[in-house]
Amino acid sequence: MVSPLDIAGFSVLLLLALAAAAPLLRSVRTLQIPLGFSLSAVASLAAVVAGVMTVSEGSVASATMSLGIPGLPFHLRLDPLAGFFLVVIGLMGLFVSVYSIGYVKGYGGHRSITQMISFYMLFLAGMLLVVLADDAYFFLVAWELMAASSYFLVMYEDERAENRRAAFLYLLIAHVGAIAILLAFGVMAGQSGQGGFDGYTFDAMRTAHLSPAWATAAFFLAFFGFAAKAGVIPLHVWLPEAHPVAPSNISALMSGVMLKTSIYGICRFAFDFIKVFPWWWGGVVLALGLISAVMGVLYALMQHDLKRLLAYHSVENIGIILIGLGLAMIFAAFQLPTLAALALVAALYHTLNHAMFKGLLFMGAGAVLHATHERNMEEMGGLIHRLPWTAPLFLVGCVSISALPPFNGFVSEWLTFQAFLLSPALPHPILKLLIPLGAALLALTGALAAACFVKVFGVVFLGQWRGHQKPERIQEVGPSMRAGMLLAAISCFLLGIFPTWIIGWLDTIPEQLCGGRLAESAGKFGWMWLTPIAHERASYSGPVVFIGILAVVAATWLLLHLRATRVSRVPVWDCGFAKLTPRMQYTASSFSMPIRRVLGFLFAVREQVEVVPHTNHPAMPGSLQYRLRIRDRFWNWLYAPQGDAAYWIARQVGKLQQGRIQIYLLYSFVTLIVLLVFLG
Amino acid sequence: MSLHPFAIELLQFFLLLGLAPAFAGWVKMLKCRVQGRTAPGVLQPYRDIRRLFGKDIVLAENASWLFRFTPYLVFGVTVIAAGIIPLISVDLPLSATADVIALVMLFGIVRFFTALAGMDIGTAFGGMGSSREMTIASLAEPAMLMAIFTVSLASNSTSLTQMVSVMAHAEYVIRPSLAFALAAFIMIALAETGRIPVDNPATHLELTMIHEAMILEYSGRHLALIEWAGMMKLTLFFALGIAAFCPWGISTGGDIISLALAFGTLAVKLMVGALVMVLIETGLAKMRIFRLPEYLGSAFLLATLGMIAFFILE
Amino acid sequence: MTHTLAAQINNLLAALILLSAFALLAQRKILGLVHIFAWQGFFLALSTAVIGFASGEHHLYISSLLTLGMKVILLPYILYSLVRKLKIHRDIEAVVNIPTTMLLGIMLVVFSYHLTAPIRELSNLMTRSTLAVALATVMLGMLMMVTRRHAVTQILGFLAMENGLFFAATSATYGMPMVVELGVALDLLIAAFIFGIFFFHINTTFDSLDVEQMAKLKETD
Repeated sequence: MVSPLDIAGFSVLLLLALAAAAPLLRSVRTLQIPLGFSLSAVASLAAVVAGVMTVSEGSVASATMSLGIPGLPFHLRLDPLAGFFLVVIGLMGLFVSVYSIGYVKGYGGHRSITQMISFYMLFLAGMLLVVLADDAYFFLVAWELMAASSYFLVMYEDERAENRRAAFLYLLIAHVGAIAILLAFGVMAGQSGQGGFDGYTFDAMRTAHLSPAWATAAFFLAFFGFAAKAGVIPLHVWLPEAHPVAPSNISALMSGVMLKTSIYGICRFAFDFIKVFPWWWGGVVLALGLISAVMGVLYALMQHDLKRLLAYHSVENIGIILIGLGLAMIFAAFQLPTLAALALVAALYHTLNHAMFKGLLFMGAGAVLHATHERNMEEMGGLIHRLPWTAPLFLVGCVSISALPPFNGFVSEWLTFQAFLLSPALPHPILKLLIPLGAALLALTGALAAACFVKVFGVVFLGQWRGHQKPERIQEVGPSMRAGMLLAAISCFLLGIFPTWIIGWLDTIPEQLCGGRLAESAGKFGWMWLTPIAHERASYSGPVVFIGILAVVAATWLLLHLRATRVSRVPVWDCGFAKLTPRMQYTASSFSMPIRRVLGFLFAVREQVEVVPHTNHPAMPGSLQYRLRIRDRFWNWLYAPQGDAAYWIARQVGKLQQGRIQIYLLYSFVTLIVLLVFLG
Repeated sequence: MSLHPFAIELLQFFLLLGLAPAFAGWVKMLKCRVQGRTAPGVLQPYRDIRRLFGKDIVLAENASWLFRFTPYLVFGVTVIAAGIIPLISVDLPLSATADVIALVMLFGIVRFFTALAGMDIGTAFGGMGSSREMTIASLAEPAMLMAIFTVSLASNSTSLTQMVSVMAHAEYVIRPSLAFALAAFIMIALAETGRIPVDNPATHLELTMIHEAMILEYSGRHLALIEWAGMMKLTLFFALGIAAFCPWGISTGGDIISLALAFGTLAVKLMVGALVMVLIETGLAKMRIFRLPEYLGSAFLLATLGMIAFFILE
Repeated sequence: MTHTLAAQINNLLAALILLSAFALLAQRKILGLVHIFAWQGFFLALSTAVIGFASGEHHLYISSLLTLGMKVILLPYILYSLVRKLKIHRDIEAVVNIPTTMLLGIMLVVFSYHLTAPIRELSNLMTRSTLAVALATVMLGMLMMVTRRHAVTQILGFLAMENGLFFAATSATYGMPMVVELGVALDLLIAAFIFGIFFFHINTTFDSLDVEQMAKLKETD
């Protein structure tokens, strides 16, 4: 029986081999793309198999490789938490690889396909290794591999200055985060009491005894580093810059999977290394999660660039995952293991769901971009007629992310709400009062997300074509792209219909991390009914809802079509207005205007309307110019001052470079004298 | 003689399907009487629906499959929601399909697809209706959740049958938290069902319509399904309020006598509730849309006060 | 009327007092504010009577009548005639917008709940849980004074604070000694008259009752 660790190892090796072999395949041009991505699909599938096996068995496997620095060889470990993230990475890798077969073909001739394939494989391999690493050094090697390969992928279309800028910002913040993670590892290793490099293995960190001050320092350093990578507010500014400029299949991977490695890191640190912590850590995580969720969705509502909007939604969903994690930490700190298990399962389920539907949405956005060469939503419209496959699949993604039954987004948000509603069980009186306010904010986020996706789907796919180019030239995308999206859509549906099986499968993770089991109570009434905690408390049945709606819809349709009635197609009624033009439709900015008016005080919004009156009638407008500018306040508060400070310091240091020979000779002379003084 | 739970479920479906138009007619009649006009009769909505089913469908040229599918989906989801709220009996097998939060999300599906259908044709009216509807829904969600949470504190559950059972059997206790939650729920229900002071259900003026703007282009049986679903949604919100706040009289077994009694009390409660709503609608004017955040914020505040009152005073 | 029923009615009245404190924060029209203040006094009087019935302290009935006369009838009448004479009928602007004020109010309620927790442990009176509401009313009155710009609303905030203190007295110790209560009532009445005189002065000097105008009295710029 092959062990899961072997399968995972095979997967990584295959990806690394593909990355190395890509230049060799350049000669076989027609085969390069299909072969490369099919093999990466196989590798991803292997990772999924390994993960599924590990989580369902609850097994823990370790291995040590002979690579690495002297005194610290690479350690590998595959436990249920890592297995779960292997599934997330593998599933998304599989779908995006299938999708990429068609998508990357569009770049043929313009750019180097080899680069794309190599870095893609390295990126996937890096993510898999991050999850498998069992010592600090290997972890950071894998982390850097992930960051560097994604940097090159983000910069794939590097002839535009803004793309280079976005990639640089991404790399900068990723490295600031990496330094924080390294420091956190350093604290843990230092306190583990083991000499040499042995303290850097995760096993040593698990057994370390930390004083509360050091534990707090380690956790918050790690949280800062992982939050920077995940895009938690206020460290989110790179996300809306980097994700849109990357090729869409890479955006899907980055948004769907790479952000989740940070969640893996936070889980590892809090629940695996530092098992006992005070409740206020969870409070901080919860508060940051709530802020990210609300601000993320509000920023998303203001956007009219399709991919930038989706990137901001990733900020929002990471916030929702952090909400679940924060609640789990609070419950665990108060020794309520079953409730902590519920919140943890909600967070992990949302991780998987988000990977699925965000990947689907980015793949759909990529399909739209591929077909129309447009990223600006204000130039689109009516694509449901031109892209008959992409539209319903994108709709599945929109419905899922808006947390509507019977799809998967609803299940994880419902579980998060149930975790919130259990807060009266907490013994702390003030927390009992404040946490429900968080539930209200989560409800606000969900409703705003639904509003945003009505806007996205309505402006992009519905209505009439708003753009300048001829819509007849727009063609549906190829079969592999459709297949990738279809697979993701099917998984969204299945995750929504069979939550009890998924929770049953996940059960080993909360048991290992916080000591509580959920599957018993959740599936007590059979696979159809999801009853976390207790049947009288709350219950939901995805299959019944789905079948019920389907049955009623089918029955109604049949009954109404028993006798043939005419359907006549006529020009639009529109209350009798005859001259309807596409420009009279609502645009993305106008759709979100009421929300901008109500909640816009959180941003720096500047709206400018210039009216040029008509030459004949001074009271009637001849032409109208509307300018809307929305700035991210965090940019002005946090980043611009730091950038200015960095420039100032650099200028001061730059004064050392005088240009005159005598000054440089003076430097050498002074150094010599100082050395003589100290060594003498 | 006792009815099997599935029979009770079926009975509830037919009751709701059959009597929702009568309830809408009753509301209309009360409104006309209070405002000194002649009412069109309680059975008029039936005639309207039958007339619409008989008409042909007139579709815009660029209407997509989503436009044609939405009425069926809206109707289907509303019917499913009808099977979840306990109307006459607590013994309802489908009620475990969804708790209150899932029920609110089911109504969310209706709203989502109606808003998409509004944007489908590409007119300014549809976009306007969709945009306003989603804004109001976003602001109403926190208040709705807070009200649900406050109610669930008393019964320690969000399952509707459990809430009804606990409330129906609890001793007579004055709970300020429930009073606040009820006030908040009434305000939210007015927003969700599109009544004055949030939206005028009887208007077709472009500046004042929200729900009507989204369904402006529908005709024939599509419009019939949407209108019927709208009437059911109004009845369901009343039923939800009655189930959560004053469910006394509901049948706990399945025997015919208690079911009939439960139906009678439900009818009386619905009629009284309709009178209260008509008085509110007649006494207030429709608000400017940018005053709605204050209105919904007050609802949220009331619900939060209810929750705080529960922890502090009970 | 049993003991527990009296406690529940008292809790309901406490909740209504808290609601009226929030309504004072949210209301824009001056006459509306006066009406809400009258309602708050009415709930307070009822609550005092209920506590008097349940605890057997009969002097609370006299307190209740005094509250009824002063805070429900006399003071609102004085304020109403002031408003009419000074012809103040506009809406009031707040320094901070209303949703933020509400959020601050909720935070203050949570804070006062936290503060009164130890007293709740020690007390065995039936009104121990309403002490948090009383303290919250005091704080909300202070919040109203801080966030409003009109002189009349500041007076109303002060009077609301006094309502809260009175409610706290009845919650914590079943009322103050009769002499103290009479003295406080007399002080309130005199305060109302003095405020009236001040309003006329301010109005003639600045031609408005917006207290932001008093910033003109600063020496430096």
